[in-house]
Amino acid sequence: MAETADSKKDEADYKRLHSFPLIRHTDMSEEMRVETMELCVTACEKFATNNESAAKMIKESMDKKFGSSWHVVIGEGFGFEITHEVKNLLYMFFGGSLAVCVWKCS
Amino acid sequence: MPVPQKHAAVKTTQEFNTRAQSKAPVAKGVKVIGRKKDDDDRIDTGEEEWMQGKTLVKPPDQLDLTEAELKEELTRILTANNPHAPQNIVRYNFKESCYKPISSVDQMAVHFVLEGNLVHKDSHEARRQVAKQGVTEDMIVEDVVAEEEKPDTPVTGQLEGGEDMAEGEDGGGEERPDSVDIRAGKKEQKLTNQFNFSERASQTLNNPPRERSCQTRPPPRAHFSSTANQWEIYDFYVEELQRQEKNKEKQKAQPSKKEEDKIKKKMITVETQSDDITKITKVSKIIEHMVNQNTFDDVAQDFRYFEDASDEFREQEGTLLPLWKFQYDRAKRLSVTSLCWNKKHKDFFAVGLGSYDFTKQGHGMLLFNSLKNPTYPEFIFTTLSSVMCVDIHENLSYLVAVGFYDGCVAVYNLKEHSDQPAYMSTAKTGKHTDPVWQVKWQKDDLDSNHNFFSVSSDGRVVSWTLVKNELVFTDIINLSLDSTACGTAFDFHKQIDYLFLVGTLDGKIHKCSKSYSSQFLETYDAHNMAVDAVRWNHHHPDVFISCSTDWKVKIWDHTITTPMFTFDLNAAVGDVVWGPYSSTVFAAVTNDGKIHVFDLSINKFEALCQQAVVAKKTKLSHIEFNPVHPILIVGDDRGYVTSLKLSPNLRKKPKEKKGQELPKGPEVEIDKMEKLLSLLRESGSNQA
Repeated sequence: MAETADSKKDEADYKRLHSFPLIRHTDMSEEMRVETMELCVTACEKFATNNESAAKMIKESMDKKFGSSWHVVIGEGFGFEITHEVKNLLYMFFGGSLAVCVWKCS
Repeated sequence: MPVPQKHAAVKTTQEFNTRAQSKAPVAKGVKVIGRKKDDDDRIDTGEEEWMQGKTLVKPPDQLDLTEAELKEELTRILTANNPHAPQNIVRYNFKESCYKPISSVDQMAVHFVLEGNLVHKDSHEARRQVAKQGVTEDMIVEDVVAEEEKPDTPVTGQLEGGEDMAEGEDGGGEERPDSVDIRAGKKEQKLTNQFNFSERASQTLNNPPRERSCQTRPPPRAHFSSTANQWEIYDFYVEELQRQEKNKEKQKAQPSKKEEDKIKKKMITVETQSDDITKITKVSKIIEHMVNQNTFDDVAQDFRYFEDASDEFREQEGTLLPLWKFQYDRAKRLSVTSLCWNKKHKDFFAVGLGSYDFTKQGHGMLLFNSLKNPTYPEFIFTTLSSVMCVDIHENLSYLVAVGFYDGCVAVYNLKEHSDQPAYMSTAKTGKHTDPVWQVKWQKDDLDSNHNFFSVSSDGRVVSWTLVKNELVFTDIINLSLDSTACGTAFDFHKQIDYLFLVGTLDGKIHKCSKSYSSQFLETYDAHNMAVDAVRWNHHHPDVFISCSTDWKVKIWDHTITTPMFTFDLNAAVGDVVWGPYSSTVFAAVTNDGKIHVFDLSINKFEALCQQAVVAKKTKLSHIEFNPVHPILIVGDDRGYVTSLKLSPNLRKKPKEKKGQELPKGPEVEIDKMEKLLSLLRESGSNQA
């Protein structure tokens, strides 16, 4: 029992500590990066249970803000190899378990 | 009314006719012919008209009425009613299914109808005709137009056939062609038959088409691939958290880094600015010196030649004459923390600037001034931390050791035109943990490496050796042997190489040896507060002087643990120095802005000169004698350095007796001091 309690506590700690957005890789400009990151956080929080909706929201917002042909992948586990336009890629983690990859390629 | 007139006219013609027939029968035939002709076409020449008058045609059955009958008035009323119209027309009314008389009867009677062949030119009919004819034959259009214009011309017979008119008009057209043309021009535009046209088309040569295309370079792309899964995400988060923790630890160090960057940037800009004039640096410096010499000519004259004449009338007292004042705008808010003359170039001195106030620590500055150029420093170094002490190497005057508030020591090389120190101690290489209060160059060691000593509040006295590119440190002594002690000042014996004194924050002075790091040779219970300076006498090997914030200046024989002399200056004493020219002269500066100059050989109890040399509330912090010239420099807490000349009384040599050559040299000075000391020793032993 004690062990499970500990593990639960650990898990809670982990969730709490790892809730912040963390950029894994990006080549965006500072301004764009901040904006995109905020957008991703908003979307992931809004659609916490539905990655598809979150991705859709991010994609559509990015299309509006930065011109069309954005692609978004959100998931807990995936591999990818993409071609993107330079200065238009953001790969970040969020909430300790989500990976979000946003890129532009038209 | 017209009827009677007509009658009258008829009457006159009748009379005329009868008269003409009776009176001129010869001319009758001619005239009849003329009249006939007249009657035919009614063309009258003016002459014939007034001659003949008009004759009216009379119907043959006209009644001849008498005058009375003619004058009789017959009254007839004309009404619009037709007397022949039937009054009783009855028609069958289907509505009421019976015959009914019609009340309204047509009263109009038509007697004669003649359809005219004149058409108004603006009417549709006319237009149609014109259009029809105008297209088929242009001439006719013109004619028709002309014909329609004609009615107001006096030509008669126009109502006859159109062909006749056309002919007649041809003639008229020839007579005055322009009038017709003008009229035609004035006419509104011709109507064209829009259904009667012929199409004509032609095609110019088409330019041969040529194809041209270009393509912009597509926006640059890059490939990126990665794998996202739970363990990678977790690992990265953990890594990031660790990094953050590290950053937190580093944060204390970071601001200084930023500052460093800023300073670097500044220096870079300064460098780039000075790049283009490097070639003329030397020349411009000489010119600057010349200009300054001219500007401060009077001061320079005073420096060299002025001797205060009033001294002759005073017995002992002397004065200080302010000469140049050195200041630098960017150093205004800093206080002078150290002064050091260059032993080789006697006009050259270093000024360390910083702050003693723990709460107001900022950047420091190291300036090098020359008496030749009081307006601007020769060298300027900006430092991250307050400069607390400076020492210029005795022989290699380009090497300058500096101690900082943050515990670092550094060596600047003036030959290298760099803004950064040539050597700098770091936390790894044994830097002090508290402000470094004094640094002092030593003789080169056995390997002929340059080395210097430093003393700091952390209680360590450290020897620093310049080896290649680094500073190697050796702890010489730790003052906290018995209790925690903070070193604030030290001085090395002039002759005995290993011997040195260390003043501490709690007022004690320790006599130490370089070779014994575990014990003090002697400890003097000198002051009640921090020792600000301790200095060996330049001439006498046993004597040293110390001063403290407790207002006291004390002179010691290092063999005796009690002070030989004690002077109370009524203010915290910032610094005290021995005069280089006499063993008995020393000068001290106090917090109340005064300089006190003593000559023990003249007055053992009072200062020869007590002079306030700066504005009120300004504290004097440091003082130095020039090694050769009779001048002093004092630094204050506003970043100013003032140079002062000692008046003759302050550097009086013992009066030469007539015929007696006074011996000169160090022995004399030693003797002088010794004489004083012996007196005291005797009195001391007597008292004891």
